[in-house]
Amino acid sequence: MVKLTLNDRHIEAREGELLIDAMERAGVRVPTLCHMKDLFPSGACRMCVVEIDGRRGLVPSCACPVEEGMDVKTHSSRVVRARKTIIELLLANHPDDCLYCVRNGNCQLQDLAEELGVRERRFTGGRSHHDLDVSNPAIERDPDKCILCGKCVRICEEVQGVAAIDFVGRGSRAMVGTAFDQGLNLSSCVNCGQCIMVCPTGALRERSSLKDVMEAISDPDTFVVVQHAPSISVTLGEEFGLKPGTDVVGLMTTAMRRLGFDRVFDTAFSADLTIMEEASELVHRLSTGGKLPMMTSCSPGWVKFVEQFYPDMLENISTCKSPQQMLGAVIKSYFADREGLDPKKIFSVSAMPCTAKKFEATRPEMARHGLPDVDAVLTTRELARLIRMRGLDFNDLEPSNADTPFGERTSAGKIFGATGGVMEAAIRTAYHLITGEELQDLDVKAVRGMNGVKEAAVAVGDLEVGVAVANGVGNARKLLDEIREGRDDLHFIEVMTCPGGCIAGGGQPIGTDLDKVRERMNALYKIDSEDSIRVSHENPAIKRLYEEFLGEPLGHKSHELLHTHYTKRETVM
Amino acid sequence: MMTANEIDDILRQYPEAGRDALIPILQDVQDIQGYLSKDAVVRIGECLKLPPSKIYGVATFYNQFRFQPQGRFHIQVCRGTACHVKGSAAVLDRLQRELGVASGETTRDGIFSLEVVACIGACGLAPVISVNGEFHAKLTPDSVVDVLNEYRQKAESSAHA
Repeated sequence: MVKLTLNDRHIEAREGELLIDAMERAGVRVPTLCHMKDLFPSGACRMCVVEIDGRRGLVPSCACPVEEGMDVKTHSSRVVRARKTIIELLLANHPDDCLYCVRNGNCQLQDLAEELGVRERRFTGGRSHHDLDVSNPAIERDPDKCILCGKCVRICEEVQGVAAIDFVGRGSRAMVGTAFDQGLNLSSCVNCGQCIMVCPTGALRERSSLKDVMEAISDPDTFVVVQHAPSISVTLGEEFGLKPGTDVVGLMTTAMRRLGFDRVFDTAFSADLTIMEEASELVHRLSTGGKLPMMTSCSPGWVKFVEQFYPDMLENISTCKSPQQMLGAVIKSYFADREGLDPKKIFSVSAMPCTAKKFEATRPEMARHGLPDVDAVLTTRELARLIRMRGLDFNDLEPSNADTPFGERTSAGKIFGATGGVMEAAIRTAYHLITGEELQDLDVKAVRGMNGVKEAAVAVGDLEVGVAVANGVGNARKLLDEIREGRDDLHFIEVMTCPGGCIAGGGQPIGTDLDKVRERMNALYKIDSEDSIRVSHENPAIKRLYEEFLGEPLGHKSHELLHTHYTKRETVM
Repeated sequence: MMTANEIDDILRQYPEAGRDALIPILQDVQDIQGYLSKDAVVRIGECLKLPPSKIYGVATFYNQFRFQPQGRFHIQVCRGTACHVKGSAAVLDRLQRELGVASGETTRDGIFSLEVVACIGACGLAPVISVNGEFHAKLTPDSVVDVLNEYRQKAESSAHA
């Protein structure tokens, strides 16, 4: 233990700990625009500076290890003046368009200007200008709003292992950009949106589809359907002041109807459908000597990651489309037939925790006869915006259920929202397919939780199935490298692009942190533990879909509608 | 442009190179190729296990690297102290407007490329530019256009020849 003095109070800190962490535990918060827990400190923004007795200059507490006897002042007038000056300098090179900004009211730069009492423009001068990058269907970049904190660069490289962006240029001309300053669409970006989640300003944001969706809803000739992803019912409530992990599926369904959607479907239904196809594919590969380990394909950032960085492993990826795309495909075929609707008149929307889903929906292979399976994708944030825009008093709505024929789900489909969920759901059904019996204990605890890579050996009859779950594509990289080098004890691998899975996706509410992610995860597993049907193959609506339309898993219709293929991509085009 | 083999020849001179070898490799590639092509950057990245964005970030930090092939006439504009005092900013400004390119770029017809350099050691001739190593002294924004026209004529007559 190290003893130090913090604002005239004696506190204890752990040996080697960073000052900012010791201060936080002692209940003293200093502002920061660049600090990221668990990553190597960068000391870029200088907002966390403190005065340490005996040191000449102010010291950034995020990059300063504690020392015995330190005497630290966190809010002396010198320190506060320095912080205010930094904000004033940042604002001197920032557009004055807060009222028009997507992060208005939710911006760390704005908050700090308020907190530090910035009331006038002290510095003026030439502002740097760079073009808006709207090349990408998922993520927009506005370098004019960038304060060069570097968090997007670090999460992209150090956490996700993608490194699509980096600092380009030097000094006053420095900016965050892609290789050769090309559009983000030509870079190695996997569209995960984790950069948006860490951006303190509006420099990174989703490419909004709100306008398209509102236009479709107001067109009387268009039949507008919406599907909602398993994870967003446990995150949307946070946008309306509810505790993290509150399940608002009923309120959300009612809200969607009030917004004017003609049908509300649950993507957890098609998650069950994915499990039917994917578990069958796994059993098929196991029994016919197919390419192993099989890897999941529901996370579109991960799929693009493999296409770019591990094209030699594309055959390992399951041919199953993701739940979003499967539901999109059966909406414009089975559902259209059943309701006597022209598929061309259907506008299919999905509400997702994810920015990469926007990219996925635009992939040319995700269409049939020139009609895209899914027409527009909204993030959780956009859905919340739409609800607020329509003046709905969200918390006072009367809960309701999703519509037939795609409204019934099992809790196996629901846990898709957390890392390990797809694996657990697939194991439950694969066990049934192989042994003809149900798994004794449906909880596969070894694949749950927040560890970057989780592994288990699951006994299925007399077969031992090696499974691994990676969350965060940076973690998947380690696993793939092991397999490239000859590791062969794994049969099935689940990868979620974002650390934590969809509950921590790049389309979720801004301000997501590890505590909130844990609450959301607990909420999903609580739903699972209380549900009456916990295996996808017992979903009555799924059985009906196979009886009336699809035939059998991996059958002819399935191949036409629910399966696809992927191709190698360059990282720089 | 360099072939993949030529790039690999350079990379072979740096066995077991790590990221610390990046800048010398970039210099070698630029020496031969005249600029850093996308293909070269991607290939170097594969070899050093560095993403292209990082290499581009490093390369753009330094003024010496360029990302477009040099023009037939490569113009270096001295922006050293003596040239600055004698009005090189106006000369550069005129050149950029006349050619329609910024420093580090090449005209669409491939005839001129422009580069800003610190001091080329000809302070007595300030403001000075060098075109393919040939010095033009005591320039004004107007006389630099005459210099450009000289080279335009050269380009044209050799095209007809």
